[in-house]
Amino acid sequence: MLSRTADNLYWLGRYVERAENTARLLAGTQRLSLMPIPTDEAGNLWRNLFQSEFEENAFLAKHSEFSETPVMEYMALDPENPSSIYSCVHGARENVRAARHVLTTEISQCINETWMEVKKCRPQDVIDRGTQNYLDSIKERAHLFRGVVHGTMRRGEPFMFWELGAALERAENTSRLMLARSAAFHRAAKRDDGFDFYRWGTFLRTANAYSAYRQLYRDIDPVSVADLLILNTQIPRSLLSCIEDSAEVLRNLKREAQCAAMAERLASELRTMRLDTILRSGLEGFLHDFRKQVHVLSDQIRVDFIMVR
Amino acid sequence: MSTTPNDGNDGPMRPFDEMLETDGTVRMAYAQFGEWLEGASKEFLTRKNDEADMMFRRLGITFTVYGDAAQTERMIPFDIIPRILDPQEWDYLARGTIQRVDALNAFLDDVYHDQAILKAGRIPPELVLNNDAFRPEMLDMDLPRRIYAHIAGVDVVRTGPRDFFVLEDNVRTPSGVSYMLENRQTMMRLFPELFATNHVAPVERYPSELRANLRSVAPIGVDDPTVVLLTPGQHNSAFFEHAFLATEMGIELVEGQDLFVDDGLVFMRTTEGPKRVDVIYRRVDDDYIDPLAFRSDSMLGVPGLLSVIRRGRVTLTNAIGTGVADDKAMYVYVPEMIRFYLGEEPILQNVPTYSLRNKDDYKYVLENLESLVVKEVHGSGGYGMLVGPKSTKKEREEYTKRLKADPDAFIAQPTLALSTCPTYVDEGVAPRHVDLRPFVLSGQRTTVVPGGLTRVALKEGSLVVNSSQGGGTKDTWVLER
Repeated sequence: MLSRTADNLYWLGRYVERAENTARLLAGTQRLSLMPIPTDEAGNLWRNLFQSEFEENAFLAKHSEFSETPVMEYMALDPENPSSIYSCVHGARENVRAARHVLTTEISQCINETWMEVKKCRPQDVIDRGTQNYLDSIKERAHLFRGVVHGTMRRGEPFMFWELGAALERAENTSRLMLARSAAFHRAAKRDDGFDFYRWGTFLRTANAYSAYRQLYRDIDPVSVADLLILNTQIPRSLLSCIEDSAEVLRNLKREAQCAAMAERLASELRTMRLDTILRSGLEGFLHDFRKQVHVLSDQIRVDFIMVR
Repeated sequence: MSTTPNDGNDGPMRPFDEMLETDGTVRMAYAQFGEWLEGASKEFLTRKNDEADMMFRRLGITFTVYGDAAQTERMIPFDIIPRILDPQEWDYLARGTIQRVDALNAFLDDVYHDQAILKAGRIPPELVLNNDAFRPEMLDMDLPRRIYAHIAGVDVVRTGPRDFFVLEDNVRTPSGVSYMLENRQTMMRLFPELFATNHVAPVERYPSELRANLRSVAPIGVDDPTVVLLTPGQHNSAFFEHAFLATEMGIELVEGQDLFVDDGLVFMRTTEGPKRVDVIYRRVDDDYIDPLAFRSDSMLGVPGLLSVIRRGRVTLTNAIGTGVADDKAMYVYVPEMIRFYLGEEPILQNVPTYSLRNKDDYKYVLENLESLVVKEVHGSGGYGMLVGPKSTKKEREEYTKRLKADPDAFIAQPTLALSTCPTYVDEGVAPRHVDLRPFVLSGQRTTVVPGGLTRVALKEGSLVVNSSQGGGTKDTWVLER
């Protein structure tokens, strides 16, 4: 398979996943903002969606404060923000176009329809329809897209690169989501009383893990939430699930590739890790380190499959 | 819903209506269809038209408009009323277009070898040798099966029952075949009942014929050739077609950056490392194909490709340098090529053409601008044309200045009364002017798929069918005996 096409499929997987995750993050944050929150956290609720000073500055170049309306507009609809939902759907569509010859008509139709919807959406439309409705529609389109890919696409290399992109993007997004709430984890662990059923419930829903949590653990406590999202392989968005999925795809693609060994190593490290060790040494540090390793893995995938001479 | 023939006081210019006789009776080819159309209400057709529009949008069949700052994507309007040809008409067209392409291939092989036709004085040598599209790099190269134009689109217009004229030969990188195929798909979904009553010759085999054709011209000694389609990329106006054909043929769709030359061979970069490429169906122009040989600023081509072609280790389709055969200045000599190489009389006629480089023609054209169509020799896409009868005095004066400044750059032709076909428009169904581009494949044999791309000028009275100028397309039916 052409390296460039593999790259297109990989990014297709990432973009669709990222669009959905941004929608989840925005929806969850909005719900959270409607609840009573400790003041030190409330002030940073929207700001915490930004991961770095660089991202914050890009936002501040256009808006003056981290509050709901401007953040929502910037993260959902702004074509100039390369990570906005708008940009992700556009990116997904460009990659579908470029790799059109290895995709099915149904896939191409699905992304075109989504793009037509997203393209015509103005801030006022979102307000009129209700923000939650808009974000729900993005999630639904992402579910539909995944279903169409699973239901129509040949299980070959192109499919595997799509899976790989999606799995790695999920790993990044789950770790990002946890980082955005790391203050709450921290406080809950320290005081052992900051527990708030509704807030953690909202958080779990953002990670699409609420019902799984209810089935696997009894009461909601932050340590179990962290356990589920990091180490439990029964939910598709836990860090371990994402890494195991990536490792499996890479094993099937090319067992002897360096990146396959790297993913395998990362997965087995996670598998043997215990949550209390992670919490003792600091959740934030662990998450940053995890993200770094995912970046190194993505770079190695490029070297092994995309940049080959 | 009924249609009326062109009512008009056009006098001798009254165009030929492909569906209706002058007295309003329906011609043979349209007999079944006419009955169906009679029973179709305006509401029904409007609904079907909207459905078709939605189908194209969802599939993302768009083209990019050049010169538009925003690079807007537009759709070529699709007309739901088919253009129908009877078996005899098609037989005549098929023989005529195949004959023409055979002669063009023989001509190309000749001008890049012995140049017999020039030595025989049948074509002025300077017209060929000083032509920008003539590539000295191709001299004395022997191509597989001596084919240069593997894929050709011959633009044909009609003015009467048996009066077909070739307007233009396209032997560089002709496009439009994906519309021929998609239009048929769309029609079969919209009106399945029509295909039960009309025996329409299928066009669906085009991609497999093209694939077999491309494989048949692989370099000598390659038994199972790897064929790829080379596209300028997804921002090219015809990208949809490139992706479509690659899918249909099951071959890789590559860009210049995906290919490289090493050790005298061409390779593509794959996830499993370099893979040798044997045949490149390229949709990139000559100028951009190899920055080492032609335009050095080109990012679309493959450095060193020409050297591999010259060694016969990769086949490029169409070959480099085919443009010398479809130049508007060369057009007038195609009937001569047919006589010279095939020893036959041309089946299809040329449109009488005045070359402004010729003194008598020059004078005639300047005096008769009002009744002529003037084109740039190197122009395409309907840009830079003057349609005399539709022009204003001011436009003609402006154009005269350009003609006087560089007469060699122009040709002129009488304004043909292009035939019309019933077409769906806002007011209902009305006649609009059409042309036809059948696609001719040359390899082991020369073949043409029954049908082609019918382009229609949607504006009332307009003779310009180009999509960039408000033209649309129709499904083209060839009825089987």
